[in-house]
Amino acid sequence: MPEQLFQFLVTGVTVGSLYALVGLGFALIYNASDVVNFAQGEFVMLGAMTAIGLVTAGWPLVLAAIVATLLTVLVGLLLERFAIEPAWGASVVATIIITIGAAIFLRGVALLLWGKDFHALPSFSGDAPIHLGSATLLPQSLWVLGGAVLLVTWVHLFLNHTLMGKALLACSFNRAAAQLVGINVKVMLRLAYGLSAGLGAIAGILIAPITFSSYEAGIMLGLKGFSAAIIGGIGNPMGAVAGGLLLGVMEALGAGFISSGYKDAIAFLFVLMVLFFEPTGLFGHKVAERV
Amino acid sequence: MQGTWWRTILAASLLLTGSHLANAADPIKIGTFLTVTGSASFLGDPELKTLQMVIEDLNAKGGLLDRKIQLIHYDTGGNAKEAVNFVKRLIKSDNVDLIIGGSTTGDTIAVIPDVEKEGVPFISLAGAVDIVEPVKKWVFKTPHTDRMAAAKIYEDLGKRGLTKVALITGDGGFDKSGREQLLKLAPQYGMTIVADESYGNKDTDMTTQLAKVRGSEAQAIINFGFGQAPAIVTRNIKQLGIALPLYQSHGVASKTFIDLAGGAAEGVRLPAAALVIAEQLPDADPQKPVLLAYKKDYEAKYGPVSTFGGHAYDGAMIAIEAIRRAGSVDKARVRDEIERTKGLIGTAGVFNMTHEDHMGLALDAFKMVEVRNGGWIIVE
Repeated sequence: MPEQLFQFLVTGVTVGSLYALVGLGFALIYNASDVVNFAQGEFVMLGAMTAIGLVTAGWPLVLAAIVATLLTVLVGLLLERFAIEPAWGASVVATIIITIGAAIFLRGVALLLWGKDFHALPSFSGDAPIHLGSATLLPQSLWVLGGAVLLVTWVHLFLNHTLMGKALLACSFNRAAAQLVGINVKVMLRLAYGLSAGLGAIAGILIAPITFSSYEAGIMLGLKGFSAAIIGGIGNPMGAVAGGLLLGVMEALGAGFISSGYKDAIAFLFVLMVLFFEPTGLFGHKVAERV
Repeated sequence: MQGTWWRTILAASLLLTGSHLANAADPIKIGTFLTVTGSASFLGDPELKTLQMVIEDLNAKGGLLDRKIQLIHYDTGGNAKEAVNFVKRLIKSDNVDLIIGGSTTGDTIAVIPDVEKEGVPFISLAGAVDIVEPVKKWVFKTPHTDRMAAAKIYEDLGKRGLTKVALITGDGGFDKSGREQLLKLAPQYGMTIVADESYGNKDTDMTTQLAKVRGSEAQAIINFGFGQAPAIVTRNIKQLGIALPLYQSHGVASKTFIDLAGGAAEGVRLPAAALVIAEQLPDADPQKPVLLAYKKDYEAKYGPVSTFGGHAYDGAMIAIEAIRRAGSVDKARVRDEIERTKGLIGTAGVFNMTHEDHMGLALDAFKMVEVRNGGWIIVE
């Protein structure tokens, strides 16, 4: 049993790092605009599908990854400019609904471009499993873990130690005040969409060799990434990563020791418990409402 | 007064000749409802293309009983409720003569009451054995059943002397129905199920479930499912270093599975329709020319062929032959002729329908194939 436990934990961390990477993108846009961007999963899908398309067309992997990321950033910017910005001043709920519409639209475009089949990206460094005692993991999982660590560190440094990052945070705390001190809120919003599209694309490319991708792959990834962000306290990038890892481990342990049929139920029960006892998430800011 | 009389007679005779002419040129209407979009679109998409291709071809050759054939299609998107609405529309307002359709078991089961009540010949393209068992008067089907797949796998395991198996199945209808058949048939073939794991069809990692299988006494693993999940299971088995023989279902009998699973797919066995290994059949096999012709026509028009499109081809052939033998589109006579289908060579096998068997395929219609060097080979 301890031998299996170790494999369950390794699996949990691997899957969790994947959720964490997707959850990270939710945090950025939420920080800038209080909006949960439900097209985040579609950014992940677009990054993966574009990279797969380019690699299939004979491009080298690195070049394909860079171009796919840039293209997805462009999509993020266009989405902000032509769907979010025209609804300037609309309520948060209305904006969230716009992102849901955008997600459906992007899925449709992907369906037309790449068809209905699943596609795989070749693993970055082979498929020979790495043995950790009695447990095994794929080299690609290390890429995902490493990518998650790098990206979250970068996002943390950006938000807390650069002027631009601080300006982005300021927009989330109080949009009017941010505008008064001379922050261009519209530019910040564009920045947030561009960046989370980029983060999503990188996540998508890193996980595509493990999970494969299709035009509707963004739905499930978006849902799990969103759960990760919620557990960690939405708006806290570090929290999203911790939440993703927790979710992954809970799923693996639930499937391993209770029943694989209840895997998702156990994970979502955990999300509910967190929301019940810590409504702002495990690592969320405690917001004091002024009356 | 006289003028009115004349006009009435003129109008009446015009109407008569008009309607008579229209009758002779009226197309034979074949209705279809398929899952062309949605998660099961990999079924409905090739099925629709196949039906369109077959009917276009037949019309170009002069049609059937000197009449053209018209295909009336609705896309259910995998929604059984929509399927029921569309079938009602096909029967009541489109007045179709026959229905071929129902990509999924769910869509098919949902429409059976209406089809039976209205008495329209219906050829389903879905897998589950429940569609034709017990026999329903107006309902037929062309694909192999999941019970046949289970039996074929157990037969092969028996030949290798393996009796302890681990099941791992998804949470979709196809997966669950397959699991049921595997559990039901196990005692009959002397098999013991030592592990019974499941996963969500959109899951990205099944190593937890497989680690439990590794800890059991299983001598072989059976994975029943379609889509990307079986490819992930196949990769995870390789990753965990499990050396047991792996059996997949006919749900992944496509090139996509080999592409997704990559090197891990080597050695995987599954029961498949002969279409995937058409070129390897001996020349004496009566199915070979049928398979190659369909494959050539389809690939010239749309790209890689799939066994699912083949089911639609078989359905169309059975329907066309039955109408031809009946000499009319009288529903009761066409139904009787479908039931009398004998020795019709289709892509899924040779169809011999009877009063008790509304599918008409024998177990040898399935070939046990193995993945070797990124392609399929027959292993029996």
